[in-house]
Amino acid sequence: MQERLQELQAEAIGKVEAAADLKELNDIRVAYLGKKGPITEVLRGMGKLSAEERPKIGALANDVREAIAVTLEAKQVQFENEAVAAKLASETIDVTLPGRQVNKGNHHPLTRIIEEIEDLFIGMGYEIAEGPEVEQDYYNFEALNLPKGHPARDMQDSFYITEETLLRTQTSPVQARTMEKHKGKGPVKIICPGKVYRRDNDDATHSHQFTQIEGLVIDENIRMSDLKGTLEVFAKKMFGQDREIRLRPSFFPFTEPSVEMDISCKICGGKGCSVCKGTGWIEILGAGMVHPRVLEMSGFDSKKYSGFAFGMGPERIAMLKYGVDDIRHFYTNDIRFIKQFHRHE
Amino acid sequence: MFVSYNWLREYVDLSGIDAYELAEKITKSGIEVEGVEKKSEGLKGVVVGHVVEREKHPEADKLNICQVDLGGEAPLQIICGAPNVDKGQKVAVATVGAVLPGNFKIKKAKLRGEESNGMICSLQELGFEAKLIAKEYATGIFVFPNETEVGTDALEALGMEDYILELGLTPNRADAMSMLGVAYEVAAILGREVKWPEINTVEAAEKASEIISVSVDAKEDAPLYTVKVIKDVKIAPSPLWMQTKLMASGIRPHNNIVDITNYVMLEYGQPLHAFDYDRFGSKEVVVRRAKEKEILVTLDDAERKLTPEHVVITNGEEPVGMAGVMGGANSEVNSDTTTVLLESAYFAGAAIRKASKDHGLRSEASSRYEKGIDPARTREAAERAASLMAQYAGGTVLKGTVVADSLTIEPAVLSITLDKINKIIGAELTADEVVSIFERLKFEVKSENGEFTVTVPTRRGDITIEEDLIEEVARLYGYDNIPTTLPVGAQAPGKLTAYQQKRRQVKRTLEGAGVYQAITYSLTSEEKVSEYALEKRDPIRLAMPMSEDRSYLRQSIVPQLLEVLKYNLARQNDSIAVYEIGSVFLSNRKEELPDEKEHLAGALTGLWLSHPWQGEKKPVDFYVAKGVIEAVFDTLGLTQNISYQQAKIHGMHPGRTAEVLLNNESIGFIGQVHPTVQKELDLKETFVFELSFEKLASVDVEPINYQAIPRYPSITRDIALVVDKEVAGGKLESIITDAGGKLLKEVQIFDLYEGERMEPGKKSLAFSLKYYDPERTLTEEDIAKAHEKVLKAVKEEAGAELRG
Repeated sequence: MQERLQELQAEAIGKVEAAADLKELNDIRVAYLGKKGPITEVLRGMGKLSAEERPKIGALANDVREAIAVTLEAKQVQFENEAVAAKLASETIDVTLPGRQVNKGNHHPLTRIIEEIEDLFIGMGYEIAEGPEVEQDYYNFEALNLPKGHPARDMQDSFYITEETLLRTQTSPVQARTMEKHKGKGPVKIICPGKVYRRDNDDATHSHQFTQIEGLVIDENIRMSDLKGTLEVFAKKMFGQDREIRLRPSFFPFTEPSVEMDISCKICGGKGCSVCKGTGWIEILGAGMVHPRVLEMSGFDSKKYSGFAFGMGPERIAMLKYGVDDIRHFYTNDIRFIKQFHRHE
Repeated sequence: MFVSYNWLREYVDLSGIDAYELAEKITKSGIEVEGVEKKSEGLKGVVVGHVVEREKHPEADKLNICQVDLGGEAPLQIICGAPNVDKGQKVAVATVGAVLPGNFKIKKAKLRGEESNGMICSLQELGFEAKLIAKEYATGIFVFPNETEVGTDALEALGMEDYILELGLTPNRADAMSMLGVAYEVAAILGREVKWPEINTVEAAEKASEIISVSVDAKEDAPLYTVKVIKDVKIAPSPLWMQTKLMASGIRPHNNIVDITNYVMLEYGQPLHAFDYDRFGSKEVVVRRAKEKEILVTLDDAERKLTPEHVVITNGEEPVGMAGVMGGANSEVNSDTTTVLLESAYFAGAAIRKASKDHGLRSEASSRYEKGIDPARTREAAERAASLMAQYAGGTVLKGTVVADSLTIEPAVLSITLDKINKIIGAELTADEVVSIFERLKFEVKSENGEFTVTVPTRRGDITIEEDLIEEVARLYGYDNIPTTLPVGAQAPGKLTAYQQKRRQVKRTLEGAGVYQAITYSLTSEEKVSEYALEKRDPIRLAMPMSEDRSYLRQSIVPQLLEVLKYNLARQNDSIAVYEIGSVFLSNRKEELPDEKEHLAGALTGLWLSHPWQGEKKPVDFYVAKGVIEAVFDTLGLTQNISYQQAKIHGMHPGRTAEVLLNNESIGFIGQVHPTVQKELDLKETFVFELSFEKLASVDVEPINYQAIPRYPSITRDIALVVDKEVAGGKLESIITDAGGKLLKEVQIFDLYEGERMEPGKKSLAFSLKYYDPERTLTEEDIAKAHEKVLKAVKEEAGAELRG
């Protein structure tokens, strides 16, 4: 009996090893381990055995069953793994094919520049002031120390609607309006972005509509040194820490003293090239200490208060920063142009 | 203003400062030097030669064979095509090996068989602008004065070994429109002295007042008018050095008399005019306002119609010059002139500006008067010019000057404290430093206990208030030396207003949804101004538009975005989704500002989704566009406040357009552009929307309040309802929502069927209803009750039957 059992074990394990699929394994299981299988049959004959032999054979029979079962199990796991692997292999895809594009849009480059400047100044405690694009002559010119007849306010240069109303030529009237609202009481700290209009023929460097962003600070004890410091923070942040800054005297009717700010040319690093017309410097904004007449006209006591103002053109900044060569791109809205300003830099 | 470095040295010591360094210093202290140009840069090998022989080229009519003495052993043969070349002339010769502008190298050549060893040059060939070349040399070679030495450097003789500084003058710095003015500026920067020209006039015994008198009627326009008389002049070219200085300054030489008036104007900033006394027509000068329709033919031979707004110089009868702008042709100095009437006057800027503008005439004189000249130089400039006319035109200066003077301009006296200067600049200057700056400017200054009393010379008419003085101090102290600080004092946190925040959030939502931001023009044409306008008022037209396409202020944005689509489609950009947030303009009464309303508009065309290799192509349709604005409403927390209703809007597809309502008030529309409009603009199916952004942003929404995440399962019931085709799905949805009670949490339309299996005129809409109670698990009975109410309501209110 012992031999018979060992034979059966060898036979069964041999069949398991040779089995080709799960079905065969199942057949083997039923054939050898089933109730009608040969091992059960062997055990049925145990009655003939002596009392001493019976437990030995019983134990052996269990070992044989166990050995066959373990082999079956191992084989089954092997088949299952192979089946999974085969299925996965059949599911293989070409991972180099393009992904499905997610719809996305982005800011117009001018908005990008304007919001960047707004955020920079919000961080320094400024608020964003806005005002009408059709303005009264008073706010656009007179309140800014440009009385009627002043050469800088030629009818030819502005889009007038009536004698007294026009498309604003600068965002400065927002400053005048804000100052007036403050009723002579400081501090005022604002940034005024917006569209402005001038009677220019559209070409690569001129646009009858463009944007401006201006800043105004009024308080007791505002000094030119504060203007200088503020502009320095702005320029370094906007154009990079490595750019040099130069202030030089200039003239605007609404500021005195007046300032123009240049930054060192990025293209040539200050050596002089065609972009900076050989000077090594690029003009970036105008600024100055608010003219006492402007303060007074808007209700501030110029003996007590002083202030500074600055203004710049987002188009110019975008053109310098991104190398845009034609101002008209900003207004034709070619989607291939706008899409270029989609990413972080 | 062009400033010759070499010429400037006559008025201020520039030793130790080269032209580039000087330019840098001038720029940094307030006058921007826009460029420095060396005229002879890159040129070489041009010498003065003497044409000793000239004969016609045997083979070419227009060529001359010249033998030119260059100071060498034998004259060189040079072929010259200039019509004016002649024997005996001193000319500029580019020798073999010379380099001319444009890196043009001169080589030995043969012209029609004749050898040519160089080139005789015109001024243009040497780089002079055509408009600066004296008329007699305009079409030929330049001829040097006879005394010019043979063999000398022609570039040097023509004043080209010089640097020209181009000053960009701001309107306040009229003082720098003269060599002396620039000299004062440079002297202040360098701390040096100004050298004035020396005037040595020998006057004749005869008095000018014996042959001319002056009277001024227009005293406000011409507060100072002076005349000198120079007799026996001989008209000839002015000396070469004067001509080259004029050309360097951008003025064309004419003859000695005219050149002297221009030269002295450049020196002093005082415009001068020379009349031919014999052609003047009388012995009296009368300055007055022109009469209505009076006519003057000016030097440029143009007939000028005058009005009483223009000031004229007359001979008592008729105008002989437009004051401060241009002289008359009738009294012009010409080659026969022997007696010159020299005018030097102070005219008020406003009157000159008016005349200059009305006649479109900007002259060197008018541009100086407009900005304001120094009345203190009027008399001296006349003396200087008269003495030069004696010297270079052989004239005799009659005794005295005939003057009409009602001038009241005095130097300004201003006071300022050291404290104020330092407070505004933010620096710590000492009283001595400030005094030294004023002294460098040649301003008279008294300093007492930290207070300065400054007398500002009339040449600096731009300085009228304390702050002007502060600027002078600051710029000469150096903007570089001002410390760098930030404002101190009350600091408030900066922030966007709620409105501004909403605008930014909406932009991001739209962009996140796949829509790009566009910025278009506010000005549009008459045809487009009211198209698609949410509210139409009388369109606003510009008083002086530059073109009809940009003559009106837009009342809507959609037409501008359709242009953007058209532009892109024409460039093969087929799938476009753009939005704009911007103002539209609605008129009020005349002289009142219009209402400016901020609108949000969008336009979409082409494919919305596309993944070609997987065969996915989803074109934009109404519901894509609607989804975009729904995302906006959601961002603003307004989903519950918005509803839509079918609408007919001009220019829109009548069946595919909806009015958008916010709390039952119309705020705009969305839909497909009318096919005929699409065709006109070459657009494919295009969907647009325009909404009042102001109204959207004006609704205050609740703060976000956390809702518990469901703990019990929800139960979903699907129903298909058969209704008449006209019944709007949105209406059914709201009936269901209202009827479902508080357990009904979500209603979603998931199917629309209008196919042939339906009765004619009917459609089937399928809804998915989600019931949920946050307190407990719902039972079948709970739902049955609510569901029954829903079915009852849709039947009663919309005639809906459950689809079998």
